[in-house]
Amino acid sequence: MSGLDKMRETFRRDQVWNFLMPRYTYEDVLDTSKGPILYLEDVTVSFDGFRALDDLTLYINDGELRCIIGANGAGKTTMMDVITGKTRPDHGSVFYGQRIDLLRLSEPEIAALGIGRKFQKPTVFEQHDVLVNLELSMRMDKRVWTTLSARLSGEQRDRIDEVLEIIGLKNEAYKRAGLLSHGQKQWLEIGMLLMQDPRLLLVDEPVAGMTGHETERTAELLTSLAGQHSVVVVEHDMEFVRSIARTVTVLHQGSVLAQGDMDTVQNDPRVREVYLGD
Amino acid sequence: MSYLQQYFQSDRAGNSMLGALLAIAILVPILNLAVPESSVFHVSTYTVTLIGKYLTYALLALAVDLIWGYCGILSLGHGAFFALGGYVMGMYLMRQIGDRGVYGNPELPDFMVFLNWQELPWYWYGFDMFWFAALMVILVPGLLAFVFGWLAFRSRVTGVYLSIITQALTYALMLAFFRNEMGFGGNNGLTDFKDILGYSLQSDYTRAGLFAASALILVLAYLLCRNIVNSKLGRVVVAVRDSEDRTRFLGYRVEYYKLWLFVLSAVLAGIAGALYVPQVGIINPGEFSPLNSIELVIWVAIGGRGTLYGAIAGAILVNLSKTWFTGVLPEGWIFALGAMFVVVTLYLPRGLAGLITRKQAQT
Amino acid sequence: MDHCSAVQKTFSRIRYGSRLLLLLFGLVVAWTNANSVMAETTGFEQIVQSLTTSKFRDKEKAVRELAAVQDKRTMPVLQALLDARLYYRKADKRVVIVERVDGQFRMTDPVTAEELGTVPKRKIKKIGINNKLRKLLKSKLASLSLEGPDPSVRLSAIEQMQGQLDESQYLYIKKLLEQERDDDVRSAMVAALALYELDNGSADQRIKAIEVLSGNLAQVVSNRLQALLEQDDLEKEVRKAAIKALDRINERLKINSIIETTFFGLSLGSVLLLAAIGLAITFGVMGVINMAHGELIMIGAYTTYLVQSVMPNYTDLSLLVAIPAAFLVSAIFGILIERFIIRHLYGRPLETLLATFGVSLILQQLVRTVVSAQNVAVSNPSWMSGSIQINAALSLTYNRLFIFIFAMIVFVALLLILKKTALGLQVRAVSQNRSMAKAMGIRSDWVDAMTFGLGSGVAGIAGVALSQLTNVGPNMGQSYIIDSFMVVVFGGVGNLWGTFVGALSLGVANKFIEPFSGAVLAKILVLVFIIMFIQKYPRGLFPQKGRSAEN
Repeated sequence: MSGLDKMRETFRRDQVWNFLMPRYTYEDVLDTSKGPILYLEDVTVSFDGFRALDDLTLYINDGELRCIIGANGAGKTTMMDVITGKTRPDHGSVFYGQRIDLLRLSEPEIAALGIGRKFQKPTVFEQHDVLVNLELSMRMDKRVWTTLSARLSGEQRDRIDEVLEIIGLKNEAYKRAGLLSHGQKQWLEIGMLLMQDPRLLLVDEPVAGMTGHETERTAELLTSLAGQHSVVVVEHDMEFVRSIARTVTVLHQGSVLAQGDMDTVQNDPRVREVYLGD
Repeated sequence: MSYLQQYFQSDRAGNSMLGALLAIAILVPILNLAVPESSVFHVSTYTVTLIGKYLTYALLALAVDLIWGYCGILSLGHGAFFALGGYVMGMYLMRQIGDRGVYGNPELPDFMVFLNWQELPWYWYGFDMFWFAALMVILVPGLLAFVFGWLAFRSRVTGVYLSIITQALTYALMLAFFRNEMGFGGNNGLTDFKDILGYSLQSDYTRAGLFAASALILVLAYLLCRNIVNSKLGRVVVAVRDSEDRTRFLGYRVEYYKLWLFVLSAVLAGIAGALYVPQVGIINPGEFSPLNSIELVIWVAIGGRGTLYGAIAGAILVNLSKTWFTGVLPEGWIFALGAMFVVVTLYLPRGLAGLITRKQAQT
Repeated sequence: MDHCSAVQKTFSRIRYGSRLLLLLFGLVVAWTNANSVMAETTGFEQIVQSLTTSKFRDKEKAVRELAAVQDKRTMPVLQALLDARLYYRKADKRVVIVERVDGQFRMTDPVTAEELGTVPKRKIKKIGINNKLRKLLKSKLASLSLEGPDPSVRLSAIEQMQGQLDESQYLYIKKLLEQERDDDVRSAMVAALALYELDNGSADQRIKAIEVLSGNLAQVVSNRLQALLEQDDLEKEVRKAAIKALDRINERLKINSIIETTFFGLSLGSVLLLAAIGLAITFGVMGVINMAHGELIMIGAYTTYLVQSVMPNYTDLSLLVAIPAAFLVSAIFGILIERFIIRHLYGRPLETLLATFGVSLILQQLVRTVVSAQNVAVSNPSWMSGSIQINAALSLTYNRLFIFIFAMIVFVALLLILKKTALGLQVRAVSQNRSMAKAMGIRSDWVDAMTFGLGSGVAGIAGVALSQLTNVGPNMGQSYIIDSFMVVVFGGVGNLWGTFVGALSLGVANKFIEPFSGAVLAKILVLVFIIMFIQKYPRGLFPQKGRSAEN
């Protein structure tokens, strides 16, 4: 039947086919007029019977900085996988703004819509220079033929310099990324995220392996990004969470256990029991 | 310091390789044709053909290096594209024989007369024209690579899975081409060619011409590949090799990049095959054998993958030693080849090129 | 009937009884037989000796007397006479059965079964027969075997007579049918009678005969029915019945051929299973492809060959010895490969693939240099040759059957090893999460070596099985590596049941496509199918799920 449905979908009379549509950037399609930029509703993911996400429902407001905490296996990374298109849920819906159904899109399409992700384990292109890492991340047309003939414009060069400044890797611009320290790689990945100029940032454990000073600067950076961008941070470091969080969501066994500001959450008896209790 | 400068400087070895290739493209034909046979500087036609063959192998190795060295796609079936290019050229050469075959049939190649076929199969039409055949040299391997790659990359078949499927592909093609019913000469393949573009294949001039063409096309292909790997696309491709997922999350359609590169590589391999066939004078299903495809991977590995000049050097070196071995110690060659696989992967992961750059770095 | 044939009848009946009874009765029968033989030897010998006469009338008399003697030595003599192998020595006129060996004649005494050595042709003379005598011999031989003690002899005799009965034989068999007890022989007799009636009976009789024959798969039956339909003056009802009967026969033949194809498919599948399961283990646990896997199979096959050459007089036993030997030899090779190569390439699967391919080249060339570049002959033990006859049109060969059973045993054994032993537990732990297993104190390098040894050993066992089916040569392994990998990919990595289902279904599919497309095209089609299949299900039929599986 699905074939027939696809036919019907293709020949619906009231629609404009994709290839006839003018090319919009995501700002044109993204509709956050109702407040939230991300809607996750009843999302369930199971691996061989184990439910990594269990009817998870979560909304992220536009311009918000949200921290998500939870024990190992609470489903934090799986949630990010679902949002970025890496894992398809068994059921549930994930909408980006009012109109964009993320479950129908592939990872690159989702990334092109302005959803950037920093991985738990810093993943940078180790064989490339820091500069190239940033260049590749830059928001631009990423189709094959345009990429083949792409040259850096002065403006883009400036943007790269700017980000190099922010992440403090100006002197390492021509160094192979594989040779950076763990903390520097974290910064580089944050830099790559900035280069993407995303609307929604998903940041998985950004301060692991950073010094106290660096942690502070990361907190500063993330706070400054909020407002213009929406930021979702997954973190274990409670000090760090306390220092940046306005709203905290606690995940437990794949669904939301509690939500609110840091103090409310910390005083929640259920949270104390499963997470902070010890 | 700009990127381009950096990349050009790092490719000193490549530049000297280009120079050498251009030099032999001109010198070898001259030494063969203009220098009298009695002179010590004379290069025999046999040698010309032999080196010409190596040059087509080098082009094939370049094609493999482009996808393996830069994109991490280990194809164990690139011999298939080479052979397809060769078969296309073989079909053209077959049609050029005309009525000079053993059976003297102006339309049908000998093997079809032998099989009692009455008329030319439809897929043999057009191959009497060189331009058509030349187009097919590009289209046939390109199209196969496109369909195969589209299916494989879209469903994210990677790593050893991809390697083995490509091997299965060439294996299946080998079985298919062994069948007489396919209409490509079965076991014996296509052979007994007479001339190309009206020039006799036996003549020294034609051979020298084919040699020069092989060298020049290799130079052009090298320049093309170097431009690609030095472009932003080249950097994306390396990014795909090192972390495919990350590249995807940056918004790159990884499968399209892979497909693009894979098709290009297949086309280069096809061209190599088309240059190979008129020089060796035969193409048969043995060229599809999985062993050939995997052997050419070792040329690249020995030369040093991820360096285009390394692939070329590797192909020529390994084949030189193969020629030497099969002359002196035929049983030894397989041992040597096997040992090469083991030693290179264990001790020389970056090949001879890696060895040289490490030496340079030390001094 | 005298007491001797009664004993023989009893004997034939108790063949279906218990072993012990058989043994006891056997002793008794042997004893009574021995007595009667002693008593009759002189008579028997005299009659045989009387065959040397030159008069055909006397020979005929001797044949009739021989047939009446009811001695089990009779049939060989008569058969030899019919086949022109009965001679007498010119020197002493002693009758001998001869067999031609290298231009000489090896003689056997028909009375005492004693070997009398070989002589040149000029020292002996053939006992000639004429047409009349030949006819007599044939009918006497037939009736002797039809009344003989061994049901299988009776069966083959009646099958040979089907469709060629004359009236006297028809009546004779009709009489025999009344006392026949063996079901198979009975139905063969009924068919033979019906075939006679088909040609010679009234319309009613013919229809009845057709009904009897309907569903009978013997070639002669369908031929006869076919011939019947070609007669122009055939009665309508008879024609109708014949068409119906033929349809039923064809239907049953079709079912038979499906069963047969399935059997061939399962047989191929079991070979694939044996070849692939070792690969499945190493690939599943270590994530590396051992391209030398095919050569480990080859080594197993060559081990079988070596074991056979060491014990040439014990072919039957040697195969049983070869199984553990091949396991050990291949396992040792496998462990060496793991220790010296694969271990150093951990985390670089593509390099492992290349390096092990190099090993496969070296192993092949080693065999070519040390043994021979030619194929070697591995003989089948007697218990592997022959076949089971299911019905007239369907027989299953023992070697395929045994290899199928053998593959099942190996599969179950591996399942048990992985499920029930400490090694199995550790192997599963490492394959699911290597670093975690390491943290739990599992020596993962030891587990790797053992896993590799196990997988390689199974490859060796597969080689033993393959040596019974195909040629054993240096290249034999190569053809299995792609197939094996296809099976593993199709079934899903890290899942023995997946390999099981994958191997058997691919084997059966291959054999079912073959009749339509030929063997080569079937192979191509299966390869293309798998290439398409991986597009849709990149992780095979039975994928491992979870976050760890996706990286």
